[in-house]
Amino acid sequence: MTESTGKMTGARALIECLYREGVDTIFGYPGGVLLPIYDALYDSDIRHVLVRHEQAAAHAAEGYARATGKTGVCIATSGPGATNLVTGIANAYMDSIPMVAFTGQVPSSLIGNDAFQEANITGITMPITKHNYLVQDAKELPRIIKEAFHIASTGRPGPVLVDLPKDITTEEIEFYYPDKVELRGYNPTYRGNLQQIKKAAAEIKNSENPVIYAGGGVISSDAAGELKELAEKIQAPVTTTLTGMGGFPGNHSLFIGMPGMHGSKYANYAIQESDLIIAVGVRFDDRVTGKLKSFAANAKIIHIDIDPAEISKNVKVDIPIVGDAKGILTNLLKYAEKSQSEEWLKKIEYWKKQYPLHYIEPATGDGIKPQYIIEQIKEACEDAIIVTEVGQHQMWAAQYFRYKEPRTFISSGGLGTMGYGFPASIGAKLGKPDKVVFDISGDGSFQMNSQELATVVQENVPVIIAIFNNGYLGMVRQWQELFFDRRYSSTCIQDSVDFVKLAEAYGALGLRATKRDEVRPAIEEAIKSGRPTVIDFVVECEENVSPMVPAGAAINEILDLERKE
Amino acid sequence: MRHTLSVLVENKHGVLTRVAGMFSRRGYNIDSLTVGVTEDPTISRMTIVVRGDDDVLEQVTKQLNKLIDVIRVTDLKSEETVERELALFKVSSDVSNRSEIMQIADIFRARIIDVAPRSMIIEVTGDESKIDAIEQLLRPFGIREMVRTGKVALRRGAKGVSS
Repeated sequence: MTESTGKMTGARALIECLYREGVDTIFGYPGGVLLPIYDALYDSDIRHVLVRHEQAAAHAAEGYARATGKTGVCIATSGPGATNLVTGIANAYMDSIPMVAFTGQVPSSLIGNDAFQEANITGITMPITKHNYLVQDAKELPRIIKEAFHIASTGRPGPVLVDLPKDITTEEIEFYYPDKVELRGYNPTYRGNLQQIKKAAAEIKNSENPVIYAGGGVISSDAAGELKELAEKIQAPVTTTLTGMGGFPGNHSLFIGMPGMHGSKYANYAIQESDLIIAVGVRFDDRVTGKLKSFAANAKIIHIDIDPAEISKNVKVDIPIVGDAKGILTNLLKYAEKSQSEEWLKKIEYWKKQYPLHYIEPATGDGIKPQYIIEQIKEACEDAIIVTEVGQHQMWAAQYFRYKEPRTFISSGGLGTMGYGFPASIGAKLGKPDKVVFDISGDGSFQMNSQELATVVQENVPVIIAIFNNGYLGMVRQWQELFFDRRYSSTCIQDSVDFVKLAEAYGALGLRATKRDEVRPAIEEAIKSGRPTVIDFVVECEENVSPMVPAGAAINEILDLERKE
Repeated sequence: MRHTLSVLVENKHGVLTRVAGMFSRRGYNIDSLTVGVTEDPTISRMTIVVRGDDDVLEQVTKQLNKLIDVIRVTDLKSEETVERELALFKVSSDVSNRSEIMQIADIFRARIIDVAPRSMIIEVTGDESKIDAIEQLLRPFGIREMVRTGKVALRRGAKGVSS
């Protein structure tokens, strides 16, 4: 324990703990039981970003964490404030993002009484947090906060919730901040087993058709450099998952795009014909593997992951290496040699030429294809941070941008949360103020958290929301077209909102592009303006995301869906 | 295939909910679960009997280990473990069959802990098969109520599962 820094209230102690954890920005919304904490925040140096709905606070904290690598922090009041955080917490849990969520709670004496604005938030969030706490003794508050940040950011990262009864925040305590954390039930493994690493190296050397399958773990362990070195040394193609985008340069000759449902054909073919999969920081999600039985059926599988529970959860692993990706790849680089991949790389080049990602330009000339917008944003601002909502636009953003750096693509992977992107982009922009930040959005997703326009205007957070407005809940419409005989049940939302006027009503800049040659000027104007901007791109309304592996099919049973004009 | 897991956990509120919640969320079946404090008052021991093949057992063990409040998980192999369960049976009885029931209890080294004009309560301790056996024999008399504690277990010999 460090020296006591004197007596203070629980609320003041919370702020002190945040300083000590290096927190400079938090996202939240006040409420009755939070009054003591917000009073303490009032004259602190911590920037509090007032959102307009608590869900946005959680997503913004996650966006901040993803853009910076630091732990995101959000805060909400008891009852509805706390339950509004739930989606954001679940999202961070699914994608293993470090976050600490603070919630107010009714005074200890009222807990269990069905008091006003009471919700059992530790009970509610138990299955969607890495750990959570109900503080029962004010003296324990500093220790609990220390543990919360430690648990959130180490091992496999994830969200931790700390529930703060009002009386805890007003009680005076002697403040001690512990130097270190002692948790006998929590000792994540960082160093990979050397024997396993050597075994992996031997397999790589003999492999003829190796494929590296890399995911979010590469980003969170900051291992992109090591991954690139390994790929080049062993001469293996690399496919990155949605959450792994940017973990390997998208313009590299060994890059083969995303695997799975809307992955590239050549990534899926490569996995299916591979004799050795080197999986790094991935969890063999069903959107990647398709039909499990036929996934990489002839391949041996090396799986590097910090979470032992991911080993052989979905796909039987031959060489598990549990630990931190960066350290393991560094060690593997010492032992790995070039694989026997000369013929294989030729075959992959052939597939790339034969089955490129592509779309058909409209015959009439001036309609806007959504893929074209992604390409234009890339040309206009290649080093932007791209945040997305969930749906067709998300897949196009994953397919066509070709991210070069880690932490430049931020998207809701596991949970698939519509409404995630806009608030996450606020967090990303505040974490990386020098970067241009785009929220690639759909007209459906944007309306799930459009109230945050008030936040970006009030706080002057100049993010650019690019709405791919096709008048449909496009991804669901695509499935209805393909599997439900074009019966567009509750997916048509045409002409429901004027997004330009909506932006203007909040005091943001509203732009619209309805023709192909208006796309680039709108993007340029938004970037130049330096203001929060909504661009309403009116796009081809029945464009499909292609290619596509139908649900339940093997990933090499991948179909072209582009619409012929 | 049934496995007996000895799980040492922090003796804190909410830990049982975390463990039980993990089982239900991931779709694993608990056959029985007992919990009580250990020789160290800050630690509780859960003895969990779980059904599933080796893959399920591996996942259950790993998922338990991921819980921050779980300190250690050990799969107790039956050959190196002593296991006990306690059961209470309230059996219908009267003067005509009381001595017959007492004889059965005697054979099983069970104890009569309550006698009333129309019922008796029998306490029996043993492994699962012993308790199943006495249950079979008592059933014809009419079991009015019965309660079983679920299994508790310790590894044989000096070596424990706590260190």
